[in-house]
Amino acid sequence: MSDNYYEPKDLADFPNITEYAHEQGKNFFEYYAEATGPGVLTEREKALIALTVATVRHCPYCIDAYTNKCLSLGVSSDEMMEAVHVGAAMTAGDVLAHSTQMRKVIKKKEM
Amino acid sequence: MTSSEQVRLLNDNPLNISFHKRIISPLCANSIDILQINVGKRCNLSCRHCHVEAGPNRPEVMDRQVFEKCLQVLRDHPIGTIDITGGAPEMNPELPWFIQEAAGLNRRLMVRSNLVILLEEPYEHLIDLYADNKVEIIASLPDYHEERVNRQRGEGVFKRILEVMRLLNERGYGKPGSGLVLDLVYNPVGTYLPGTQQALEHEYKTRLESEHRVVFNTLYCLVNCPVGRYLDYLIRSENFEDYMHALDTSFNPSTIHCLMCRNTLSVGWDGHLYDCDFNQMLGLTVECTPSNYINNFDFERLRNRKIVIGNHCFSCTAGAGSSCQGALEK
Repeated sequence: MSDNYYEPKDLADFPNITEYAHEQGKNFFEYYAEATGPGVLTEREKALIALTVATVRHCPYCIDAYTNKCLSLGVSSDEMMEAVHVGAAMTAGDVLAHSTQMRKVIKKKEM
Repeated sequence: MTSSEQVRLLNDNPLNISFHKRIISPLCANSIDILQINVGKRCNLSCRHCHVEAGPNRPEVMDRQVFEKCLQVLRDHPIGTIDITGGAPEMNPELPWFIQEAAGLNRRLMVRSNLVILLEEPYEHLIDLYADNKVEIIASLPDYHEERVNRQRGEGVFKRILEVMRLLNERGYGKPGSGLVLDLVYNPVGTYLPGTQQALEHEYKTRLESEHRVVFNTLYCLVNCPVGRYLDYLIRSENFEDYMHALDTSFNPSTIHCLMCRNTLSVGWDGHLYDCDFNQMLGLTVECTPSNYINNFDFERLRNRKIVIGNHCFSCTAGAGSSCQGALEK
């Protein structure tokens, strides 16, 4: 075992997540390839969505992989940062939207 | 860094990766369809990624005698493509003569140009020479973002490339049906690998046409080879190990059968023969003595020669593969 939970070199181990559950892993990769490959949306648009999700989900592997993918597809740093702000705004909105439950409780409980 | 120091660094790297082990059996050429002639290392630019380490003060320039031997080889053998590269080929004073001679051979004739030289005295007239002789132009444009291009190739280069592209478009270059081909080359401005050629070409075409009113035919995606200035950059920026690791993990065995070295022969400015332009910059001549020099050209021996390989070859087998004609898997 290494000293850290996250190791950059572990990104290369991603294809091995099929270990111990080959069929499910294989199905996942087929789905993953189809979902992230070019479709109605371009590969470029999907890479930006994936990068945003990666930052929102705090996944260091995905941030590394999709920053590289965005760079490789010619996405500018401005475009990437703008996409991250969509994630940040959505996250803030998500938090604030949940204040609805809080406000409902307050209104019910307070005199 | 000298070429032998580069070879040592690439093959004694601490990652313990080995191209020799990856390909299992020896790599051999199976034809010579392309004669790639590097006419010299002199260039008006000094790009940060240049594997040739070309620049204005480089003295290495091919002379008339070597050009004539190249023409003789082309006349005597069924080599379909003449691929002229440099440096900036335009800075070789023999180029106009050679273009006219080579055009008379009725082969596919292409020049790799940085374009910006075609705005400078005394090279402007070469646009007419290229068009009159139906020379295909392959130009490096590593991004469609001005800032990235200038960062790699020098201040003001992006705008000057577009200016020349407009001049070429006016002559018909890059326009369907004109018979005048203008292709662009993408290479990453950094230490990442190129994305899908098709996706990048779509983006290039859309943006260059809508934002700058210029058109071209095809985009070729190249992986930066860890040779010359790019290798220096990898080391200085402490990216060497990561980059070599990325190339190794992206190794794609299905690229092996169509690697450019299998049907290309590279000629150096002094007439020495190489398996590719990268081997040329590393000083690795073909293993085909005495046919490692244009004067001793032996077509039969050279077409079946064993290719000289090293860890820099990982840049041609990464992902969709890479060659002077772009990705190997389209």
